[in-house]
Amino acid sequence: MSGEAQTASDYIQHHLQNLTYGRHPDGHWGFAHGADEAAAMGFWAVHVDTMLWSLLLGIAFFFMFRRVAKQATTETPSGFQNAIESVVEWVDSNVKDVFRSTNKYIAPLALTLFVWILFMNLMDLIPVDWIPWAVGAAGVDYQKVVPTTDVNATMGMAIAVFCMIIYYSFKIKGIKGFMAELTMNPINPKEMGMPKYLWPPLMVFNFLLEVVGLLAKPVSLGLRLFGNLYAGELIFILIALVFAAGSGYVAEGLQALFGGHVPAWFFIAVALSVAVTLSLNLKNKLSTKRTLLLLYAQLLLAGGLAFAGGQLLHFGWAVFHILVIILQAFIFMMLTVVYLSMAHEHH
Amino acid sequence: MNINLTLILQSIAMMIFVWFCMKFIWPPLTTALEQRRKKIAEGLAASDRAEQALEQANQQAEVLIREARDQATEIIDQAGVRGNQIVEEAKDDAVRERQRQVHAAEADIQQATSQAREKLRAEVVSLSVIGAEKVLGKEIDAGTHAQMIDELVAGT
Repeated sequence: MSGEAQTASDYIQHHLQNLTYGRHPDGHWGFAHGADEAAAMGFWAVHVDTMLWSLLLGIAFFFMFRRVAKQATTETPSGFQNAIESVVEWVDSNVKDVFRSTNKYIAPLALTLFVWILFMNLMDLIPVDWIPWAVGAAGVDYQKVVPTTDVNATMGMAIAVFCMIIYYSFKIKGIKGFMAELTMNPINPKEMGMPKYLWPPLMVFNFLLEVVGLLAKPVSLGLRLFGNLYAGELIFILIALVFAAGSGYVAEGLQALFGGHVPAWFFIAVALSVAVTLSLNLKNKLSTKRTLLLLYAQLLLAGGLAFAGGQLLHFGWAVFHILVIILQAFIFMMLTVVYLSMAHEHH
Repeated sequence: MNINLTLILQSIAMMIFVWFCMKFIWPPLTTALEQRRKKIAEGLAASDRAEQALEQANQQAEVLIREARDQATEIIDQAGVRGNQIVEEAKDDAVRERQRQVHAAEADIQQATSQAREKLRAEVVSLSVIGAEKVLGKEIDAGTHAQMIDELVAGT
């Protein structure tokens, strides 16, 4: 979507804008055209792309695992079933390591969170222009395909986890126990043998500290995931920008060499030389190292400097980003389990 | 980047997916895994048992073979002894038979001897009578002198 009229900043902003459906300030409901209109809608708006993709991926998760769950027998598992089962066992063993109390709902919760978030993060590996361009061709203005780069999605999940933390804290510890945990930590006036009149101010102090700590849990949970994925997405967009700018630069260089028009025989010659190089390598007449060097030289010659550079950068960042994608899904899952484990513990 | 209704909708979506997983995915998968684990453990235990049984069977077979070998040697020994016995018995029989035949022969010989002796004696008696008749020129009444001549012959 990087047309001539678009500046770099327009390009980035366009990629970071959700498709928003909501109530316009004048009262009628509809899609927002531009960031200003979306911001003007306030709270009464929905990011349609975020919801659509996250629901699609959640349903994909459900059907994928449901199919295996239906087929699961005691016979020797094969291929896909093996992969799904190893994910399930891995999550189960992780939960068993961390979660000390018994609650049969924690492990499936962890599995759902991990796989779902992983799927949503994986959308980040789709080249940034593909889907926005495709839906743009279909007449939709904006499309942000990675739900976890939307703070609403990550915070929404974090808030649901927070509700569970509160629920289990009350359920396991009781109102009295939970309140005692909030007010008698970290400075315990009872254990320190303080006079009674000092207790209330200390308890208020403790309560403030503990509430901040408690609220920090969902905030850190949601914002960590959002921040990592948002930064990753932004870097992909920047690489795409560099690629777009670079290809223009090299095209000008070629035009300086050949005049206004690059002749077709030039590209045919390059294609032939690439084919010869590859076939020589396959016949073991050329070492792989030399082949790679030659190929790179030929691609540079073909005006692929920026293309190769952009693709290499894109590929390199994608490889690195796979780590981030898996790690962040894992961290979200494990932190959820740890927080819920803390909610289950008596003091 | 605006906080809006998406927040709550996403929470709802998450809760529904978690519920789906708890209800439809987790229980069948974990039970299947548990059952398979049990089955594999049982299989391994069965193979252990089979191995032990095989070893026991091997030991038993060895014992049986040893017993059989012992019995065979015993039988061979017995057969040898029995053979010797039969040979001995046959020998004894033969010896007894020989003795019996020898006794019979001796008896025959004695009988023949005594018959011959009787015959001789009778002949001697008649010869003596004839001789005496010749000597005496007179007929000797064999009947009258028979006793005397018998005594004579017996005395010689």
